[in-house]
Amino acid sequence: MAEVIQNECCYRTNHLENSWDIETYLANGGYEIWKKILAGDLSPAEIIDEVKTSNIRGRGGAGFPTGLKWSFMNRHAPGSKYIVCNSDESEPGTFKDRDIMRFNPHQLVEGMMIAGYVIGACAGYNYIRGEFWEPYKRFTGAIDQAREAGLLGKDILGSGWDFDLFAHLGGGAYICGEETALLESIEGKKGQPRFKPPFPASFGLFGKPTTINNTETLASIPMILAKGGKWFADLGVKNAGGTKCYAVSGHINKPGAYEVRMGTPFADLLELSGGIWKKRKLKAVIPGGSSTAVMPAEAVEGMTMDYDSIAKAGSFLGAGSVMILDETTDMVKSLERLTWFYYDESCGQCTPCREGTGWMYRVVHRIRQGKGRPEDIQLLKEVSGKIMGKVICGLGDAAAIPVESFLKHYEHEFKHYIEHGCSIFDRV
Amino acid sequence: MSEKNQLAEELKVSVIQGDVKTRIDRWIANYPEENRKSALMPALRIVQETSNGYLTTELMDQIAEYLQVRPIEVYEVATFYSMYQHKPVGRHQICLCTNLSCMLRGSDELLEHIKHKISVTNTGEVSPDGKFSVRKVECAGACGGAPMMWIGKDYHENLTEETIDEILDGLE
Amino acid sequence: MIKIEINGQMVKAHEGDMLIDVADDAHIAIPRFCYHKKLSIAANCRMCLVEVEGAPKALPACATPVTDGMKVQTKSVKAVAAQKSVMEFLLINHPLDCPICDQGGECELQDVAMQYGDDVSRFSEAKRVVADKNIGALIHTDMTRCIHCTRCVRFGQEIGGIMELGATGRSEWMEIGTYIEQSVISEMSGNMIDLCPVGALTSKPYRYSARPWELKSHHGISPHDSIGSNIIIHAKGNDVKRVVPADKESINEVWLSDRDRFAYEGINSEDRLTAPMIKENGKWRQVDWETALQFSADKLKHYAATPEMMGVLASPTATLEELYLLQKIARGLGVNNLDTRLRQQDFSLDSHGFVKPELKHSFAEVEKLDATLLVGSYLRHELPMLNHRLRKAQLAGKIVSSINTEKFEINYEINNEVVADDLLAELQLVVDALEKPESNNIDKVYKKIASSLSTAGKSSIMLGQISLMDVNFTKILKLTSDIARLSGAVLNVLPISANDVGAYMVNFLPEKGKNIQQMLTTQMKAFVNLSLEAESDITDGKLAIEAMRKAEFVLNFSLFDSEIQREYADVLLPIASFAETAGTFVNAMGTKQSFKMAVEPQGDSKAAWKVFRVLGNMLDLEGFDYTHSNQVFAEVLENNIETKNELVLEKIDIKIDKKKSIKNKTPLISIYEVDSITRRATALKTASKAVSETIIVTAPVQEVG
Ligand SMILES: Cc1cc2nc3c(=O)[nH]c(=O)nc-3n(C[C@H](O)[C@H](O)[C@H](O)COP(=O)(O)O)c2cc1C
Ligand code: SF4
Ligand code: FES
Repeated sequence: MAEVIQNECCYRTNHLENSWDIETYLANGGYEIWKKILAGDLSPAEIIDEVKTSNIRGRGGAGFPTGLKWSFMNRHAPGSKYIVCNSDESEPGTFKDRDIMRFNPHQLVEGMMIAGYVIGACAGYNYIRGEFWEPYKRFTGAIDQAREAGLLGKDILGSGWDFDLFAHLGGGAYICGEETALLESIEGKKGQPRFKPPFPASFGLFGKPTTINNTETLASIPMILAKGGKWFADLGVKNAGGTKCYAVSGHINKPGAYEVRMGTPFADLLELSGGIWKKRKLKAVIPGGSSTAVMPAEAVEGMTMDYDSIAKAGSFLGAGSVMILDETTDMVKSLERLTWFYYDESCGQCTPCREGTGWMYRVVHRIRQGKGRPEDIQLLKEVSGKIMGKVICGLGDAAAIPVESFLKHYEHEFKHYIEHGCSIFDRV
Repeated sequence: MSEKNQLAEELKVSVIQGDVKTRIDRWIANYPEENRKSALMPALRIVQETSNGYLTTELMDQIAEYLQVRPIEVYEVATFYSMYQHKPVGRHQICLCTNLSCMLRGSDELLEHIKHKISVTNTGEVSPDGKFSVRKVECAGACGGAPMMWIGKDYHENLTEETIDEILDGLE
Repeated sequence: MIKIEINGQMVKAHEGDMLIDVADDAHIAIPRFCYHKKLSIAANCRMCLVEVEGAPKALPACATPVTDGMKVQTKSVKAVAAQKSVMEFLLINHPLDCPICDQGGECELQDVAMQYGDDVSRFSEAKRVVADKNIGALIHTDMTRCIHCTRCVRFGQEIGGIMELGATGRSEWMEIGTYIEQSVISEMSGNMIDLCPVGALTSKPYRYSARPWELKSHHGISPHDSIGSNIIIHAKGNDVKRVVPADKESINEVWLSDRDRFAYEGINSEDRLTAPMIKENGKWRQVDWETALQFSADKLKHYAATPEMMGVLASPTATLEELYLLQKIARGLGVNNLDTRLRQQDFSLDSHGFVKPELKHSFAEVEKLDATLLVGSYLRHELPMLNHRLRKAQLAGKIVSSINTEKFEINYEINNEVVADDLLAELQLVVDALEKPESNNIDKVYKKIASSLSTAGKSSIMLGQISLMDVNFTKILKLTSDIARLSGAVLNVLPISANDVGAYMVNFLPEKGKNIQQMLTTQMKAFVNLSLEAESDITDGKLAIEAMRKAEFVLNFSLFDSEIQREYADVLLPIASFAETAGTFVNAMGTKQSFKMAVEPQGDSKAAWKVFRVLGNMLDLEGFDYTHSNQVFAEVLENNIETKNELVLEKIDIKIDKKKSIKNKTPLISIYEVDSITRRATALKTASKAVSETIIVTAPVQEVG
C-alpha cells in the first residue's frame, strides 16, 4: 500500500495537544477566513464560487452539492434566516462528526459562521444528538471562546454584523437526523419530518429560510477557503472533491474514524484500520451506514471510496460509515438487529413506515427464532418494496434497503434458518 | 379556575425554581422570544436529571405551565424521544448499545454480564439496591469504541467484562 | 387558470391548488384518510398516492400542488399498486371487528378496503392492541382501530383551539389520546367523531343503539342557539338516535357544536309529558285532548275578560309558526302582555320601542371583521359556532377585544382584554378614548380598543348574553352605541336563542302591554307559557315561580312534566319537540330556515302549531284554518308584522350617573343548560361537569352603592 495521506482537513488538528482550544486553532490559521470576511475582503458570491469549485458534496449522506445548496438562499430576503448544522449522527455505524466536535470544534464554528454569513443568517444552531455530552461541551466551549474573542455576537469586530451560534441537544431519536425532523425538534416538537415542498430554503427553522448542512460539510469550509476550492477538488475524484471522514467499525483491528482522500481504495482503508480482526476473512461490507446496501466481499474488490465507484459496486457512500462483517457473521441475526432499529426509530407518522418496519422486523425475528416459513422471503421482499418510495422522508427507504440487499446476497442463509430452524453455522 | 383548583395549584411546589429554573432560563434565552417551546427538550432533560432520573405527569405538567404550552404537547415530546424515562430507574442507568457494530463485537454477551452483575433479570428493572438499571439503546455514534455504553453524560468504550466491573464498581 | 390532465380528462385549476381538491371538483375519486378540506395538510396516511408524469415516485395528491400541463393518473398500475400497498399496511394492525364496530357501514376504511384491499391478509403476526382511554361522556374510544391519520389531533389544534388529543410515543407505539385519563372539554369535540375515518372515535350516547343502514335521515335545524346549524336527524323507526351536522358552508360549515349534537337525548327523556293533564280541586288527571282544550278554552275566555291580567310567555326556542299563532290567539283575546325576553332584566327602553336582536354581518363576514369588541359575552359558550368564526378572524391577524365581567377561557388570544365588575365604567373609558384620543389619563388598553375600532376597515361591537342580562342593559346599550357612532363600528345585540329574531319578527312583544318583569311583579290572574320552565329559563326564576303560584290559572304548553309545574300550573299540554314538528327558525343573521317533521310526536303530544290552530277555532277567533305549517309561515311573511318601532338610541336621553354605578355580576348560564331539552341531555350533563370545573363559576354580587 502506498502511503495513505490522512487528516488534511477536518481532523488536521487531531494530533495536537488541546486541539479544541482556540489558542491551538488560532495558531494553526484558525479564523483567518472569518476575519477576512469581516474586513470585507471576501464576498458571499466569491465564497459560493469557491465552494462550488471545491466540488464538495454534502457529508450527511445524501451527497448534495453544497455550493448549489447555498445558492438557493436569497441572502437579501428580509427577516430572519438560519444556518443549522446537523450533528445528529445517529445512523448506525456513523461516528465521524463526533471527532470533529471533540477535537476540532473551532473549525466547525468557523464553518458555521461563514455559511451563516453567505446566506445572511442572524443565528445558527448546531443540533447535537443528546447522548453526545462531551462533543456538546467542546462545541459550546468553542462558541464561548469565539464570543469572548469578539468573533461572534453583536457587531463582530466592529463590522456592524450580528451573528450568534447556539447548540441544541437532541433527546434520542434517529429521525432527527432528517433535516426537517431536526427543525421540528429545535422548535420543541416531536421529530416528525415535514412534507416537502416547501423546502427549508423557503420555510425552515421557525418558519424562516434555513440552510442545513452536516458537521463535516461545514467544518470543511474554512479549509476550502483557506487553500482554495481547487486544492480541495483535486484531493478527490471527478465527481466529488476533498477528503472524507470514514467511520470504520465492526470486525476490524483498529476501528475508528479516518480522514482520507475521496477515492481512496477500499483496500487501503481496510489496511489503515488494521485489517479484519482475528485473521479472519471478509464476508461483507456495509459501506455507508446501516441504510446502505450490504455488499459481499467480492463486490468490494477494486472499489474506491467515492460515490461513483461504490454505486457501481452496488451500494452507496452515504455518510461514509463502513461496517466490516467477517466470515463468522450471521446475516440473519444482523438483519434482525437492523430491522429492529428502523422499527424502533420510525417516527410513526406515515403509514408504510410505521406499519411496514414492524412487519419486516417481526418476520425476520420469526425466521431467526426458527419459525420461518418458505413464503417469508418473498413476503419480506414485497413488504420492503411496498415501503420504498411511498413515505414522507428517507427513513422508510433506509429501512427497506437493508432488507432488500441482505436477501439479495444472503437469501441462502435465510432459507437455511427456515428449513433447519438454525443458522448456517449451527450444526443441523 | 375554581377556588379549590387554585388552592391546589398554590400548594403544589414547582420543581422549576432555583438552579433548575436558572438552567432552563438559559436555554430559553437561546431561542427567539416567541419560541419559548424550543426549550422544552432541555427542560425535560434538566428536570429529569434533578428528579431521580425519570419524568412523572406532574413534572411534565409543571414544565408545560412554565413554557406556556399545553400539557399534551409536553407528553408528546417526552414520549417520542428515547432519552426521557417514565418509570423509576436506577441511580445510574446503564445504556448499553446493542446495535450492529456493538453486536458484532459482543454486546449481547456484555448485556448478560451486566444483568448478572447488577442482579436484574430484565432490562428496565432496577437493581435491588436501587443503584443500577440497564437499558438496551440504539447506536450512540461511538462504534469506533464498540462495544460501548453510556451512563449519564459519560461514554465508556472498548468494553470488556473486566472494564465494566471496574466502571460500575467505581460509581457511588 | 391552468389546465391539467387527470386520467386523460382535461381539468381546469388554479395554479398551486392541491391535486386532490382539483380532482374532487372534477368528481374524480381519490381515496384519502388524513386529508380533510377544513384541516391542515398532513400527508401522513399516503392513501392518496397517484402517478404524476415525470415524477419518479407516486405522489400524495393531497400535498401536491398542480402545475400547468401536469398529467396525472389515479388508476394506473403504478398508482393502484401504491394505493393497495398503503391499504394493506393500514389493515395489518386494524382489528377486523366491523360487525361489532359502530362505524360499520359508514367507515371510510371499510369503504376503501372494499375497493383496494386484498381479501387475504398475509400478515400473520400478532396485531397491535391499544388500551382505550376514557375521554369523557361524549366520545367513546376504541384506539386499537385508530389508523393514525391525526385528523382528530389537528382538529383540536386548528379548529377546537385547545390541543387535548395528541400523538404520544413513536413508531408503531404511537398512540392517539390524551395520555392521561382526562375528559375532552372542547365545546366542539363531537366533530372529531365525524372526522375520524374509522371507528376509533364514536359517539358515546349513540353507541350500539343502531346500525347506519337502519337509520333514516331527516334534515333539520338545531334549536339550541341562534346559529341555526343545519343538522341531520337520524331516526330508527320513530326514535331519534343521533344528530350529525349537514354541510352548510354559510352557516355551520361542516361542524356542529356539542350542544347541537348531543342535546337530542333530552327529547327522549323520561320526563316527557305524553298526555294532556288538567288539575281540578288540587288533583291532576289525565284527559283527552278534546277535554283538555275545551277546559283551557273556557278558562282563557273567562280570564280574557280582564286581558290586562293575563300574561303570555314563550321560550324563544319555539318556532316562528308557534310564536306567531300564540300571539295571534293572545291578541285575538285582547291580551297584549306578551314576552319571550326571559333572560333580560332591564326593560327601561320598552316605552320607546324594542331592541332588535340582530347580527348585522353574515357569519362569513365575521371572519373578515378587522376589529371586534365583545361586550359582556362568553361567546364561546353562548354561540360556539360564531366564536369559531371570530377565532378564525383573530388567527388571521384581526383584532378581537373584550370587556367582560370575568376572565373566560377563550380558545384564541383576545388582543385587548378588560375584565371588571363594572362594565359601564369600562365602556365609558372607551368612549372617552374615542372622544379625547390625546388624553394622557386613559389607560392604554382603552385607547387600543378605541383605535382598533375606529381605524379598522370593518369593525363591530357585539353585546352578548351577559350584557343582555345585565340590570344596566340600557346603559350598556347607550355607551356601546356611542362607541359605535364615534368609531364607525357596527353595533350588534347578539340574538342568543334559536328564535330571538323570529320572536321579534312576529312581534311577540308587549306592545301596549306589560313586559315580563311587569307581569311577574304585578299580580296576574292567568299565565300561558309556551315551552318554558319558569324556574330555569327566566333569570329571576324564584320570582317567576312565585308569580305563577299566585296566579289563578296557569296553562303550560310543555315538552316535559315536572314536579314544579304540577305545583303551580292548572293545565299541562304536551307538545312536540324540534324533531317532531315542522317549523321555522330565524337565525342571528336573519336567515329563515324551515324544517319538516322528522319523527312522530312522542306519546299523545302534538305539534304546538296544530294545537294553537284548534284552540284558535275553539275560542272563535278569526283566521285559524290552516292545514299546513307553510300557510302560517306564508302569513307571517305576508303580514310583515315585524315590529316597526325600532329604537333610535340617539334620540333617547339616557343618563348615566357615573358615581352611582352598580357592581353587579350576572350569573352565567351554563353552556349545557340553555333550554329544557339540553337540561335533560344526560351525556351533556356529565360533560358539563368536566367543563364547569375548568371555568370560573361566579355568584351574583350585591349592589355596592
Ligand atoms: C432518516 C435520516 C437520517 C439522517 N441522519 C443524518 C445525520 O445523522 N446527520 C446528517 O448530517 N444528515 C443526516 N441525514 C441527511 C439530512 O437529512 C440532510 O440531507 C443533511 O443533513 C444535509 O447536509 P449535507 O448537505 O451537508 O449533507 C439523514 C437523513 C435521513 C432521511
Ligand atoms: S382516532 Fe380517528 S381521527 Fe384520530 S388519528 Fe386515529 S383514526 Fe385518525
Ligand atoms: S390523504 Fe393524502 S396522504 Fe393522506
